[in-house]
Amino acid sequence: MYPGNGKLSHVTTDFTCRIRMLVLVAGIAVLSPRADAQSAAVTFRIEAGEIRTPLAADAGDATRGRAAAAARDGGNCQLCHALPDMQAVFAGTLAPPLHGVGARLTEGQLRLRVVDSSVVNRDTIMPAYYRVDGLRQVAAAFREKPILSAQQVEDVVAYLKTLR
Amino acid sequence: MTACLLAIVILAACSTQAAQPVPLKSGVEFASADVRSLQQDDFANPGMLWVTRGAKLWLEPAGSDGKACGTCHGDANRSMKGVASRYPRIDSVSTGLINLEGRIQQCRERRQHAPLMAYESDELLALTAYVASQSRGIPVNVEIDGFHRAHFERGRAMYYQRVGQMNLACTNCHDANWSKKLGAETVSQGHGNAYPIYRLEWQAAGSLQRRFRSCLSGVRAEMFPYGAAEYLDLELYLAWRGQGLAIETPGVRR
Ligand code: HEC
Ligand code: HEC
Ligand code: HEC
Repeated sequence: MYPGNGKLSHVTTDFTCRIRMLVLVAGIAVLSPRADAQSAAVTFRIEAGEIRTPLAADAGDATRGRAAAAARDGGNCQLCHALPDMQAVFAGTLAPPLHGVGARLTEGQLRLRVVDSSVVNRDTIMPAYYRVDGLRQVAAAFREKPILSAQQVEDVVAYLKTLR
Repeated sequence: MTACLLAIVILAACSTQAAQPVPLKSGVEFASADVRSLQQDDFANPGMLWVTRGAKLWLEPAGSDGKACGTCHGDANRSMKGVASRYPRIDSVSTGLINLEGRIQQCRERRQHAPLMAYESDELLALTAYVASQSRGIPVNVEIDGFHRAHFERGRAMYYQRVGQMNLACTNCHDANWSKKLGAETVSQGHGNAYPIYRLEWQAAGSLQRRFRSCLSGVRAEMFPYGAAEYLDLELYLAWRGQGLAIETPGVRR
């Protein structure tokens, strides 16, 4: 905590936090990202810490997923994570390595973390890859667009599942 | 009572905020050995080209009265010593907040009656680097009281505000994760005590505001124009949180 005055901005954060906690207590949270024209808006359900239903009709493709995870204009996951099959020199250390994550977490848990990790950890620094609301001051080129499309989310999840 | 306790529990659970960095470390301490030695050797430091250019501009008459900075201020080694450590500060005439660049521009306009230099132009960077380098070794020591207060509070709020498509605030990297690696780069504590710097990636000198823009564009957030009030407020908050760090201008960064 910063020693000092109360901050108005935190009143609002705490308020949304409380709402979110209530929603989690209720066991269900429905987020409905509005997406841009290219990616259809997909509504999904969070149940017991998972998103069980895929966001896209086509099954995820691990090879495409690896590319989307690596792309600097895509997931760029190695900014924070080390990944077992990517070059270690470019790997960040802001987050735990993803080695073995496909064995540790279920598909639904992986999907929730890619879609919006803040549901799992409110203070997370991991970006929500499939959310467009609740963001501020987004650069014009990225406004109203999730970082990954629904199909890319599925591809990345398929890739993460291979990390065993 | 119970509601109150519950509220406290929830608040404690919700508003985890990273502490300010202890001990304070200048950005150069996170740089690789080769970058560090470039900064430390005035003959190798590319930022010194701007300082040298600034020294020349200091003596060049400009404007309708044909006055140079040195005409009024004399030897910058003496007259400008310690000045940079007190900026940004409130301008006593306008009561607005100005940074060192703004202060120099003000003399340019009011004292030299010369046209303003563009923000981020080589001329303004050179003069700023020259003036700031006269404070090398002097600890940052800004005021945050009186008219400064509102600017300080706004700067602080901005520092903690998550922005951009990546939804990250300055504090998430520079308080919570300094010394860790973001991709191949080591995250520093995010201080402004070495600015203007020479950045290898830019192949040029750049202001603190240019660095802010890099960080904002990194999280895919909207940027403000150079000289914007938002950046000035942020500069003040940043200087205060790095209060006591010695000025190192011109720094060198990757
Ligand atoms: C800005 C940093 C950052 C980026 C970028 C990032 N993550 Fe994360 N991620 C984290 C952090 C930090 C955690 C640890 C849990 C937490 O703090 O929420 C995490 C946790 C995870 C987890 C859970 C790991 C476990 O063992 O429980 C998965 C899976 C994950 N990230 C996947 C990804 C993928 C896939 C990408 C790219 C599409 C990505 N992350 C990009 C910061 C990041
Ligand atoms: C995603 C992480 C991240 C965020 C968020 C971020 N920065 Fe940075 N910042 C960096 C990295 C990486 C660097 C380059 C390495 C270094 O010097 O820290 C950097 C550099 C800096 C520097 C230069 C430090 C030096 O000594 O040269 C300053 C100042 C700075 N950031 C301020 C800010 C401010 C102000 C914000 C919020 C508007 C911000 N940063 C947001 C990652 C971040
Ligand atoms: C005609 C005389 C004159 C000229 C020319 C002039 N200044 Fe000044 N400058 C002043 C005076 C007088 C002050 C202090 C009073 C004030 O607030 O204006 C000042 C203040 C400053 C300060 C702030 C010092 C502090 O302690 O906060 C800086 C920095 C500065 N000048 C830089 C410059 C630079 C750089 C130039 C050339 C581009 C320049 N000045 C040209 C008269 C001048």
